[in-house]
This record gives sequence, C-alpha cells and structure tokens, in this order.
Amino acid sequence: MSVLVYIESEQGRFKKTALEVASYGKAIADQLGTTVTAITINAMETSELETYGVSKVLKVNNDSLDAFNAKIYASIIQQAAEKEGTKVVVVSSSVNSKYLAPLLSINLNAGYATNVLEAPVSTSPFIVKRTAFTNKAYEMFQINTDVKILGVSKNSFGIKENKTTASIEDFTPSIPESGIHIESVDKASNKVTIADADIVVSAGRGLKGPENWGMIEDLADVLGAATACSKPVSDLGWRPHSEHVGQTGKPVASNLYIAIGISGAIQHLAGINSSKVKVVINTDQEAPFFKAADYGVVGDAFVVVPQLIEKLKAFKAHQ
Amino acid sequence: MKILVCISHVPDTTSKINFTDDNTKFDTNGVQFIINPNDEFGLTRSMWFKEKQGAHVTVVNVGGTETEPTLRKALAIGADAAIRVNTPAIDGFSVAKQLAKVVQDGGYDLIIAGRESLDYNGGMVPGMIAGLTNSNFVNNCISLEVDGNTAKVTREIDGGKETVSADLPLIIGGQKGIVEESDLRIPNMRGIMMARQKPLTVLDPINIAPETASVKFEKPAAKGAVKLVSPDNLDELISLLHNEAKVI
Ligand SMILES: Cc1cc2nc3c(=O)[nH]c(=O)nc-3n(C[C@H](O)[C@H](O)[C@H](O)COP(=O)(O)OP(=O)(O)OC[C@H]3O[C@@H](n4cnc5c(N)ncnc54)[C@H](O)[C@@H]3O)c2cc1C
Ligand SMILES: Nc1ncnc2c1ncn2[C@@H]1O[C@H](COP(=O)(O)O)[C@@H](O)[C@H]1O
Repeated sequence: MSVLVYIESEQGRFKKTALEVASYGKAIADQLGTTVTAITINAMETSELETYGVSKVLKVNNDSLDAFNAKIYASIIQQAAEKEGTKVVVVSSSVNSKYLAPLLSINLNAGYATNVLEAPVSTSPFIVKRTAFTNKAYEMFQINTDVKILGVSKNSFGIKENKTTASIEDFTPSIPESGIHIESVDKASNKVTIADADIVVSAGRGLKGPENWGMIEDLADVLGAATACSKPVSDLGWRPHSEHVGQTGKPVASNLYIAIGISGAIQHLAGINSSKVKVVINTDQEAPFFKAADYGVVGDAFVVVPQLIEKLKAFKAHQ
Repeated sequence: MKILVCISHVPDTTSKINFTDDNTKFDTNGVQFIINPNDEFGLTRSMWFKEKQGAHVTVVNVGGTETEPTLRKALAIGADAAIRVNTPAIDGFSVAKQLAKVVQDGGYDLIIAGRESLDYNGGMVPGMIAGLTNSNFVNNCISLEVDGNTAKVTREIDGGKETVSADLPLIIGGQKGIVEESDLRIPNMRGIMMARQKPLTVLDPINIAPETASVKFEKPAAKGAVKLVSPDNLDELISLLHNEAKVI
C-alpha cells in the first residue's frame, strides 16, 4: 500500500530533485495514512533518505543498469510497485523521469499527471494541481485509476525534512530486453546543468557577441549557477544549443533566474516563468522582462555585471 | 518506409489564455491554432525522409472538425495523406489509445510525435503509444537518421546528449534540433493547392474510458510590480536576494 518514490541518482549520488520527490511522497503518505518506500537504482549510500520521510528502501544494484534506459527502468519501477501493492508512484520532472513515466503508466494501468505543484488537493476523488498552458494557468486534474503516477515539478513542493528510520532491502527485479543500444554519450562533466541548478544565469542578444560571455560565466561561478541563453544567441552560434532556454528550448524551474540583456519575449518567458525569483538586467526599462521579473536593474550589463560579481564575491566571503 | 507524424493542434504561444463555463473549459475565442511546434520540427524532418529516402508520410490528429485546417497545413507542407480520428482529445491516455490503433492498423515503421504539446504540456502521448504498441521509443529527440531497418537517434540528456540506435518500428518524441528553425517550411501556393487534392480520412474512434479528467482551471494571481534597484546600489540587490527572496 505504501507510496513508492523513484529516487534518481547520477553516478551513485542522489539528484537534488530526488529528495523533493521523497518529501512529496511523504506528504501523500501522510494524507493516505501509509508510509513511503523508495526505489533506488545503483545508488551508493541511501541513509540520507531517512531525513526525508522514507521508511523502506528497495535497493537495486546491477552494473548493467549504469546507463539509464527508459523501458528497463520503467519495468523495474513497475515490479517494485506491484511487489509493494503501491497505489501512488511519485517521480520527478527530469528528462529521464518524463521519458519513463508514460511507459510506466501503461505498464501499471495508472493515470499519470505531469507538472504537479502541490500535495493532492483531495485524495477521494484524487485531484492534484498542475501547471498547463506553459505556466499561464493551473489545472485541477483528477485521476480515476486505482494506481496513480505523479510527476512533481521541480522546486515547487520543496525539500522537507521528516526524520524516519528506513529498512533496506536488496531488490533484484527481472530485466527486460531494451531494444535500444547506446552508441555514444557526450556530456560536460563537472558543470552545473540547467536542470539541476538552483540558480541560472542567462544572457541574450544584448551581450553583443560571444566574446563577452566571460563575465556571464564568472557571475555563474560566484553563484554556483548554470549558464543559459536566449534562442537567438544559440541560433547565432554564440553559445551551444544545450544552453537555449524557453518554449522551444529547455525549461527552467530554478530558485533564481537572472536574465541579462534578454528582452523577455513571450516565447522566452514561457520556458522560464516557473522559476521562483526572476531578476532582469537590461538597458531598456520598457523591455517586457520587467513585467515578469521580481527585481530589476535598468542599466548596462557591461557596467552592472562586473560590479555585481565583485560585490557578490565580497558578500560570499562574509558568509 | 511508412512514417506517421502525430500532430497536436494547439493555441499559438502568444494567445491569451482564458477559460469559460465556470473555468472548466479553455476559451478558444479569438485564439489562433497552430501545428504544435515540436510536431512541426518532426514533420519537417519527415519531409527529408520523403525527398531523400522515398518515405510515405501520413499525418494524424485526434480531434474534432476544427483541427482540419491544421491537418491541411501539414499536407500543404508536404505530407502525403492525413487522418483525423473523430473524437475530442480528452486525456493523454485516450489520445494515445486512439493513435496506437492507427499505428497498428497502418503498419507504420516510424512514428514521429513531439516531446510535449504546448497546451496541456502533458508530455505523455508518445511514450504511451510506445507502451501500448510495444515499440522502441526515444524521447527528447534532437537528431534522427534511418538506414534500412535501423534508426540512429540523438536525445537530449541532462547536461549533454546521447546517441542511440534502435530497430524500427520506432516512436520518437521530437523537439527543436531534429531540424533547425531555419529549415521549417512555410506552405507555398502550389503546396496549398495540392493539399486540397490529398486524402484526409476521417476515422471513427474506438471506445475508451479516460483515466484522467480536467476539473477546473485557475489563472495565477497577478504578479506584484518589479522592484527596481539602482545600478549604483547593487548591494541592495544582493541584500534583497539574500534577506527577502532568500535565494542566495
Ligand atoms: C515559435 C517561436 C519560438 C521561440 N522560442 C524561443 C525560445 O525557446 N527561447 C527564446 O529565448 N526565444 C524564443 N523565441 C524568440 C523570441 O521571440 C525572441 O526573439 C528572443 O527571445 C529574443 O532574444 P533576446 O532577448 O536575446 O534578444 P532581443 O530581443 O534582441 O533583446 C536584447 C535585449 O538586450 C537589451 N540590451 C541591449 N544592450 C544591452 C546592454 N548593454 N546591457 C543590458 N541589456 C542590453 C535590449 O534592451 C533588449 O531588451 C521564439 C520565437 C518563435 C516565433
Ligand atoms: N490530439 C492529438 N492528436 C495527434 N497527436 C497528438 C495529440 N495530442 C498529442 N499528440 C502528440 O503527442 C505529442 C505530445 O503531446 P502531449 O502528451 O499532449 O504533451 C504531441 O507533440 C503530438 O505529437
């Protein structure tokens, strides 16, 4: 009966969103009067889950599972859910979770809600609040199936502590044929990714040219942030496509989004407006971004950003 | 090669989002509908397969008669045939079930859908079709090539990309990158004329009990005005971010 949470890890370590998934699972478990079981795949150390309300860990360890495979992972989570008699499975909104959850939904005959913001509004009928229309509206969404899958939006529910003690069980599911063969992986290591970052520093065409991105990277370094850019910037080849955010690029749901020399076109905002706090730095006070932002500086990026870096360094040194 | 491109008919991003019937229905009044951008990238890629590899391209939508102009546009861009499954798109699962039937009956080798629709942002239809038809599936596809019975697909992953190979039949969830924006095609006069002659088949839906339902919509509360900080007083910005917003 327990709530099953899928705890994602990367090279054995939990992703931060996984702890939010655990916290969310605990909130539902409390509503339903049950406990939280976590499933981990090739995670090394699982005791941290006891801080976030997990009472049982199903630990899968198998070298053949080092590389993510949606079909295989969906099958493993299905087997865990069936073994536990789970009625609610919680996953994150990561690229991988969004890849596997529709498959899991078919495997479990479970209705699936994506972009879920809060603990269920009611559990009978089962209704959750989610975002729709690229964050321009909220939808109250009812799931009628016996088993339910919820994909939690990043940074919406938050990470909440709930001390528990967890039993740990080694779990050896059967592993299906995958049908997909990995040929190559091209991944920047030791860089904060847009998906994982708490803070994203993003710059647009206002920066004039790729040679001016040094200060953007410096600002990101001081803040431990990921760097991003507007679409024209990646179209012009000033920055890699992987940094393009917005409606047609990557979604951003960070705690803090700093937009420098970005006008704030609706297609840009569509991808970033689920970020909690937005700061804009722009010479043009009429730029639409000022309507979407929480804090704004009307000023020249080439003057403001270097100063901001120095001041942040001083601030960090005093922390 | 037989290709099926799944086309979702969505409001243009710049549309005003409003609701009617006590906030239970999306208000389509004055809204301009377009081919879902993620699907347009996939449709454009399918034109390459048609022109270079002789593929036959069918586009499909699950929806009412109001989606036909969107399907006609896809035909004008170059698709060979269109199918409309005549039922409103109620939830991701029921749409996927209708589409899985079309996939199975049509014997398609490659099914191109988008990573998500702009309207409900479900992001579930392509994966569900894959689950229902037991086909290979690659999501977040940013590059797609087919050689004989094998596809080579690059997908976006957190912090980079991954290239995989998989046998057909294959379903992909596509996005920008599968072709570039500059490759997108605007239908020309000849295309629009030819589209009128191309078959648009209307299929009766199969009976499906939806798994989920939309109960009500809400619009986010109006945002407070931006707090402006003078460029000469950046310490204040840092203090606001630290003490008020608590994000640094
Ligand atoms: C279908 C479609 C999809 C799209 N998808 C996306 C998307 O996913 N993401 C996206 O970003 N865009 C997208 N766009 C493009 C979008 O409409 C805008 O064109 C784009 O976001 C503008 O980028 P920008 O703000 O960098 O450039 P601009 O609009 O040129 O703005 C540059 C800004 O920099 C400011 N500036 C100039 N000099 C300085 C200075 N010295 N210091 C500070 N500020 C300065 C200017 O005042 C201006 O506001 C899409 C468009 C379409 C039609
Ligand atoms: N009503 C529909 N008819 C045809 N294809 C659809 C429909 N709804 C969704 N799709 C396809 O599924 C993709 C993902 O949609 P969604 O799961 O709704 O976010 C879209 O990009 C389309 O390719």
